[in-house]
Amino acid sequence: MTKNLVISTAVFAAMTAAPALAQDISVKLGVLNDRSGVYADLSGEGSVVAARMAVEDFKAAENGMSVEIISADHQNKPDIGSNITRQWYDVDGVNAILDVPTSSVALAVADITAENNGVFLISGAGSTALTREQCRPTSVHWTYDTASLANGTGAALTNAGGKKWFFMTADYAFGHSLEENTSAVVKANGGEVVGQVNVPFPNQDFSSFLLQAQGSGADVIGLANAGGDTVNAIKQASEFGITQAGQKLAALLMFTNDVHALGVQTAQGLSLTEAFYWDQNDETRAWSDRFMEAHGAMPNMVQAGVYSSTMAYLAAVKELGSAEDGKAIVDKMKAMDIEDPLFGKVTVRADGRALHDMYLFEVKTPDESTGEWDLYKEISSISGEEAFLPMLEECDFSKK
Amino acid sequence: MAMTDKTKGEATGMPTLHKIIFGVLLVALIALPFFVYPVFAMKVMCFALFAAAFNLLLGFGGLLSFGHAAYFGGASYVAAHAAKVWGLTPELAVLCGAAAAGLLGFVIGSLAIRRQGIYFAMVTLAFAQMVYFTALQADFTGGEDGIQGVPRGDLFGLFSLSDNLALYFFVLAVTFGGILLLYRIVHSPFGQVLKAIRENEPRAISLGYNVNRYKLIVFTLSATMAGVAGATKSQVFQLASLTDVHWSMSGEVVLMTLLGGMGTIFGPLVGAGIIVTMQNYLATFGAWVTIIQGVIFVIGVLMFREGIVGVLARWFKRPL
Amino acid sequence: MFELLGVPPQVLLGQLLLGLINGSFYAVLSLGLAVIFGLLNIINFAHGALYMAGAFVAWMLLNYLGIGYWPALIVAPLIVGVFGVVIERTMLSRLYHLDHLYGLLLTFGLALIIQGLFRNYYGISGLPYQIPAVLSGGQNLGFMFLPNYRAWVVVASVLVCFATWFAIEKTRLGAYLRAATENPTLVGAFGVNVPLMVMLTYGFGVALAGFAGVLAAPIYSVNPTMGEQLIIVVFAVVVIGGMGSIMGAIVTGYMLGIVEGLTRVFYPEGSAVVIFVIMAIVLMIKPEGLFGRTA
Repeated sequence: MTKNLVISTAVFAAMTAAPALAQDISVKLGVLNDRSGVYADLSGEGSVVAARMAVEDFKAAENGMSVEIISADHQNKPDIGSNITRQWYDVDGVNAILDVPTSSVALAVADITAENNGVFLISGAGSTALTREQCRPTSVHWTYDTASLANGTGAALTNAGGKKWFFMTADYAFGHSLEENTSAVVKANGGEVVGQVNVPFPNQDFSSFLLQAQGSGADVIGLANAGGDTVNAIKQASEFGITQAGQKLAALLMFTNDVHALGVQTAQGLSLTEAFYWDQNDETRAWSDRFMEAHGAMPNMVQAGVYSSTMAYLAAVKELGSAEDGKAIVDKMKAMDIEDPLFGKVTVRADGRALHDMYLFEVKTPDESTGEWDLYKEISSISGEEAFLPMLEECDFSKK
Repeated sequence: MAMTDKTKGEATGMPTLHKIIFGVLLVALIALPFFVYPVFAMKVMCFALFAAAFNLLLGFGGLLSFGHAAYFGGASYVAAHAAKVWGLTPELAVLCGAAAAGLLGFVIGSLAIRRQGIYFAMVTLAFAQMVYFTALQADFTGGEDGIQGVPRGDLFGLFSLSDNLALYFFVLAVTFGGILLLYRIVHSPFGQVLKAIRENEPRAISLGYNVNRYKLIVFTLSATMAGVAGATKSQVFQLASLTDVHWSMSGEVVLMTLLGGMGTIFGPLVGAGIIVTMQNYLATFGAWVTIIQGVIFVIGVLMFREGIVGVLARWFKRPL
Repeated sequence: MFELLGVPPQVLLGQLLLGLINGSFYAVLSLGLAVIFGLLNIINFAHGALYMAGAFVAWMLLNYLGIGYWPALIVAPLIVGVFGVVIERTMLSRLYHLDHLYGLLLTFGLALIIQGLFRNYYGISGLPYQIPAVLSGGQNLGFMFLPNYRAWVVVASVLVCFATWFAIEKTRLGAYLRAATENPTLVGAFGVNVPLMVMLTYGFGVALAGFAGVLAAPIYSVNPTMGEQLIIVVFAVVVIGGMGSIMGAIVTGYMLGIVEGLTRVFYPEGSAVVIFVIMAIVLMIKPEGLFGRTA
């Protein structure tokens, strides 16, 4: 048993040590996300489908690459996530880890990836720490972060006349940082924060907090929360006649699948920022139709991000001729000009932050919506440099 | 034969059979990291100690706590904080965690033992929920991100534990030592009184024992040992997170003990091994893990109340 | 105009009303737990999962069979109740001769299974369920806008709670029930079919949970985790109230809803733990609960 293991690893080592021929670049990708919990619908199997489509579209086989995709459920638990990640690098020979929603898990994966010189293509997680306090030379943060959402929604609504803001903040680190980011943007654009309330997390009944928001006389109620909490808050805001009375709701973190679950009847008029929407242009529509066929739901920005980051990663691996040195691959990605069918022009900054346009959307009214998935109209777009935070000096890996 | 064995065993402290099992177990555990992934093996050991500590309370004290995650997770936060922010060495960090869990156990225990049976279970659950909210909202716990990137440190300031194998033997020493200590407690005069209270509380009272004091001591001990397990786990995974204080963790430890056999010595270890292995290998099946755990619970309660080791003990007619 | 700790009375009045609405859910759920506990001596950990199941059954009735809210208010609890009867017959009834803790463990396992199954088949994002047309809109009470549906929740829960209290405390059937709680053997000897009564009681208790689930469906998104968050709070409510009387369970439910509502004004961060804090205080002063009988 052990003998066999030794032999097979020896053979494996011999194979990888041989000069890489065009035909034998083998790549193993691990999609690590939530497959059963709160984030299963925004990442889950959909992200695996997206990764598979990327491998297909890259024509890996024709390019002399054999790509294998494995997936696992981290159950939103950092310990389970880090256990799987270690095992993938130590035992299964995974080259890159994809997606990983839930910041707590993503932060753990970023560290382990750096230790093992793998590659971490982040799509599902939104913490700015991934390219700031905990930036790593092997991380690429592809799709969005909380600061870009705050910049998009906060600036646009303030400039559109929503000067007075009231925040309903989920009372934990994520909620507070989202509120902090957004209120800075609001103030920078000449708005003011007239009040805020810390809501225990998780929470089902938002009526008393909504009543406080209503009494504050704010123009905009900023929802600094996520997932089920956001959905319930929006639903109850409509029930208590808050949106009808003229106050605007700003969902600071929300995905296409959440809006779909709410329905346009309830969510109409809601402002939100995303990096991708399926109905933007011919290319996104064509890709999304294929995705729909494979998965049974339209893609959201997280799943689209998994696809695009995988494409860019495979291109970098192809140029290097090997998937072994994670840092070299990420450096290559940072040096490339990426023209992506879903995200347009993308550049990966030296700290691992991918820069691309972000879009401000408004949810359509039932009259405007022509189908189950016809959810958004585009209000404006924000360039990557404007949307994301500037790079920190200590995260500039081009100088290290 | 069995009789002489038993009497001899009681006279010298530990029955021969138990000595043999502990010996075999130790040898197997020393060899284990060369066959399976060490981090996984360490996780199993931490949960084995957690389940054994829980079993001290349920199996020998007759008290069902539905909030043991509070001590396990609370200790993991304190230990992670101690190692990361205060820069303490691993063994001191674990001690800090254990002390915090013990203190927490003492406070909660002194309130919870005012009620019996089902109420006791609900009270412990409710208090654990308070600990959960504290972990979620307090500053030092890092909210939902938890405490990340805890350094593995140097044992006694001398030996680096950054290597998986070195860490493994540290964890082995802590957990194995912890389990032996629990064994000692169960088989001490204190343990005998506990069993007497579990079997017939009014009689124990009439014999002059201060039942509540015994209950509080066993609750505190159990919480402390659960804390050792949680603190050790935080050193292994280099993080402390909400998972460990969530009520489903309290449920899991009940499941491990029930499946292995409550009130047995080796049952919790077997139960922990099975559940952790199952979670590891069924991780790809998503929600089915929860469903399977539920099914094991139901089957366990309906048909296997003795648990796996309990059934074995009956077959061999020896306490295991 | 007077203000209480800087909060104008209109706001206070609004929050009191909202607290009462939340208390309605606590009351119906803790009532169900109390009824089951009274006769079976089992803490039904599956109560939260069955509450969730009630909401899901309402959703399924609407989307698969086209059965709307009003019939669902009767049909869904019935279905949940029948499911409860099956659980009682096939599983719980085997545990009566054992320590009551086994009942808790069994229902905990059932809760995991039920929740896992719904999570598997319906995902986690939640499903929308519209407020029935008759009850959409709301009234402007001057101090707040009260949605009609929320007013209906209070009315419905008060009606159900009162009817249950009346049936148990004032009718012949209720007298049998109370007698069987005290001494099942003796009542059996008088020719009352005690096992049947136990079975129906459990069915009725979980039907109450299902009823609360249907009431909740239009307010909260129908979601597999909706019961998990609630059940532990309801446990605390039950500990505070004590299991002495049906009325105790009801009153404590409403009361704690109001206390929680007030906390949301004065110290919102604490509203998730306030019930547990009260529980700790009650345990120190009156361990048997506010309405409990001393054992």
